[in-house]
Amino acid sequence: MLSNFRPAIVMAAIAMAFFGFVYAFAGTGVAQLVFSHQANGSITANGSTLIGQNWSDTVCPGHPLGSCVFQGRPDDLGPYAANPKQGVAGGDNPLIACQSFPGKKPVCTNGESAATNLGPRSKVLLENTRALIRYWHARGVNPTTDLVTTSGSGYDPDITPADAIAEIPMVSKATGISPARLRSLIAKETHGPELGFLGSRYIDVLQLNEALAKLR
Amino acid sequence: MGFFWTIATLFVALAITWRYLGSYMAAVFDGRVHFLGWLERPLYRALGTSPEHEQTWKRYAVSLIIFSGVSLGLTYLILRIQGSLPLNPQHLGAVSPALSFNTGVSFLTNTNWQAYGGETTMSYFSQMGALTVQQFVSPAVGIVAAVVLVRGFSRRSSSTVGNFWVDLTRCLFYILLPIAFIAGIIFVGQGAVETLAGTATIHDVLNGVSQTIARGPIGFMEAIKQLGTNGGGFLDQNSATPFENPTALTNWLSIYLLLSIPFSLTYTFGKMVGSIRHGATLLVAMLVIFGSFLTIGTYAEHQPNPAVAAAGVVHQPTGNMEGKEVRFGDTSTALFGVASTQTSTGSADASYDSFNPMGGFALLGGMMMGEVSPGGTGSGLYTILLMAIIAVFIGGLMIGRTPEYLGKRIQAKEIKLAGLGVLAMPMIVLTLTGIAVSIHAGRAGPLNAGPHGFSEILYAFVSQGNNNGSAFGGISANTAFYNIAGAIDMLVGRFGVMIPVLALGGALAAKNVVPAGLGTFRTDNTMFVGLVVGVIVIVGGLTFFPAMSLGPIVEQLSHGKFF
Repeated sequence: MLSNFRPAIVMAAIAMAFFGFVYAFAGTGVAQLVFSHQANGSITANGSTLIGQNWSDTVCPGHPLGSCVFQGRPDDLGPYAANPKQGVAGGDNPLIACQSFPGKKPVCTNGESAATNLGPRSKVLLENTRALIRYWHARGVNPTTDLVTTSGSGYDPDITPADAIAEIPMVSKATGISPARLRSLIAKETHGPELGFLGSRYIDVLQLNEALAKLR
Repeated sequence: MGFFWTIATLFVALAITWRYLGSYMAAVFDGRVHFLGWLERPLYRALGTSPEHEQTWKRYAVSLIIFSGVSLGLTYLILRIQGSLPLNPQHLGAVSPALSFNTGVSFLTNTNWQAYGGETTMSYFSQMGALTVQQFVSPAVGIVAAVVLVRGFSRRSSSTVGNFWVDLTRCLFYILLPIAFIAGIIFVGQGAVETLAGTATIHDVLNGVSQTIARGPIGFMEAIKQLGTNGGGFLDQNSATPFENPTALTNWLSIYLLLSIPFSLTYTFGKMVGSIRHGATLLVAMLVIFGSFLTIGTYAEHQPNPAVAAAGVVHQPTGNMEGKEVRFGDTSTALFGVASTQTSTGSADASYDSFNPMGGFALLGGMMMGEVSPGGTGSGLYTILLMAIIAVFIGGLMIGRTPEYLGKRIQAKEIKLAGLGVLAMPMIVLTLTGIAVSIHAGRAGPLNAGPHGFSEILYAFVSQGNNNGSAFGGISANTAFYNIAGAIDMLVGRFGVMIPVLALGGALAAKNVVPAGLGTFRTDNTMFVGLVVGVIVIVGGLTFFPAMSLGPIVEQLSHGKFF
C-alpha cells in the first residue's frame, strides 16, 4: 500500500512537468515562432478578426445609431449587440467592453463570453426575439435568423452573406452608397466554406466594415 | 452537400485511423514500441518499477487509486493557492474549496465538468499545471483500465494483468503526446491563441469600441482536450469561442480527434485478443447507436427554433441558430454535439441548452446509453465490453449453454461484476436527480422554466455520472449543493465502473480458454451486434425513459406552449 505512494508522487511530478509545462511551453514556442499573428489573437488595427464587436452603438450623424455600418449578431448582454436600449454598452463582451460616445464618458460592461442558454420553448427567448424583430423593422431591415438569434460564444465575429444582404437597405440609406455597390462589396468580402465544403459561407463583420469605410 | 462531404471525409479519415492507430496502440501495450526507450528507462528507475515487474489486478487497482488520490490532492492544492503562484497575469485569486474539489474530481475523472468560467477563474498556472496535466493523465488511466480488461481475454491462466506505471507511461508518451502536439500546431495555425502574455486591449476607431480580450495558452490545451475526450476548455464558452475553435476546419479536426481513440480501441481490442472480427463487431454496434442519435440530432437542429418562429421569423433556412456560430452552421454543430456527448468529451461548439427539444434528446440519449458509442478513451471500450458480457449471458440463457466470450467462460462472478459496472451509473444519476428536484438547493439551479428546467437538472447529473462534462449551460452549478453532489456523481460514475472492470480483467485473465465447439454461441456476427445494441438500449433506454419523458419529450410535444 505505502510502497505505491512513491511512484504515485513521482508520476504526478513527472506528469506536471512534462504535460503541464514542457508541453505548453514548447507549444507556445512553436506557435509564436511559426504563427505569431494567430497565436497572439489575430489582432489587426481595429481589433481581432476573431472576436465580434458591438456595432449597434456606432454614431451615425443624422441617422439612428449603428445604421451606417453592418452589424454583427446579437449576444446575451445588453439586451443585445443590436442594442434596442441605445447608449447602454452591451454587446460583444470578451472580458470588458467599453463604448465611447462623443462628449460623454465611455460606458463599460464587465463580463465574459456567454450564450443566452435559453431553451427552445422559453418565453424570455420569445420576448427577446420580438424586441429584436422590432429593432430591425424600425431600421427597414427584414431580419434573417442569424440577426435575431444569439451565438454560442457571445461574440460571433461572422454573419452569412444573406444576413449582410438583409442589412443593405439600412446601410444604403445611412451612407448613401447604392445597394448595387454594397452588394458587390458583400460578394467580395464573402469567405467560402473551408476547403470548399466545411461549414458555412461567412463574412467577417470587422473586415466588411473596414472595406465599407474605405468605400465612403 | 457540404454536410455530406463533412461526414464522408470524417468517415474515411476515421476508417484509416481505426486500422493504423488501432494496431499501433496494440503494439504499444504489448511492449513492441521502443523508440522512446531512452526516456522510458530513467522514468521507470525513478518510479522504482520495470516492465518485467507485473502486477495482479488488485495491485494494479491500488496503484491506480493511489495515483488518482495524489493527482486529486495536487490539483486541489494548486487551485487553492493559485493566487500565490506564478503565471497569473490577471492576478486571479484562490478558487473556493467546494469549486476546487468539484473541479479536481472533474478533471481527474475525465469529466471536465466546469462550474466556473475559465478566463475569469483560472490562472495560466492552473490551466497548464493542474488542468492540462489531468487532460493527459485521465484519458491514459481510462485506456490502461480498458487494456487490463482486454488482457483478461487475451491471457491464459495468468495471475497478473500488466504494470500500471508502465502502461500509463507508454500511453502518455507514445500515444497521447505526439498526436496532441501535432494537432496543437494545426489549431494555432488556424487561429487558436497560444501565448503567455496576458489580456489584449484593442480600440476600434470605426465604432468607438474598446475591448479587453482574454488570451492564454489555449491552442495546445484544445488539442488534448479533444484527443483525450476531456472537453474542458480554457474559455467559458468552450469550443464555441473563436480562440478555441476558430474555423470550420478546426471544428472538423475536433470531431475527428475526439472520435479517433475511442473508435480505434476496438481495433486494438481485436488485435490483442487475436480476432479483429470481434473488434469490428463492437465497432458496428457503436456505429449503429452513434448513427441513430446523429440522425435525430442533425434533423432536429435543421428545424426552426420554435420560440424564434413564434416571434415572427418563421422561415429559418439555416436551422436553429440560437446559440450557434455562423462559421459552423446548424448541421456541423449538431454533429459536433452528438460526437462530443457520445464520447464522454463534453466539449461544446454551441449552447446545447438552446438546441431544439429533440436535439437535446439526442445529446442526453447518447450519454444515457452509458457512453459506449464510442464512449470515452478507454471507458467506452470497457463499458461496451461489459454490455457484451451481459449480451453473451442473455444469449447463453436463450440457448441454454454456459456463456463464453472469446473462449472465456462467463460465470456468476463475471456477471456480478459486469452488472455492478453497468448499474453504477444509472443508480447514482437517478438518485441524485431525484434529490435535486426535491430540495430547494437543487431547484434553485435551472435558468429555464417548465420541462426545460427539469432537463437542465437531469442533464447535469447524466453528464457528470457518465464523465461527459457537457451541460445545458443555463444551470447555475457553482453552488455548494451542485459542486458536492456533482463530485460524488463523477466519482461513482468513474470508479464505480472502473474497479469492477479491473476485477473482471483479473478474473478473466486467470481462466483458461475453452476451445470453441459446434454449439458455441457466435460473438462476431450481425446477430451479436443486434444483441449488444439491444442490451445497451434496454439498460440505458428503459432506465432513463421515465426521466427523459418528463424533459425533452414533453417539451417536444408542447406545441405552441412557452414556459
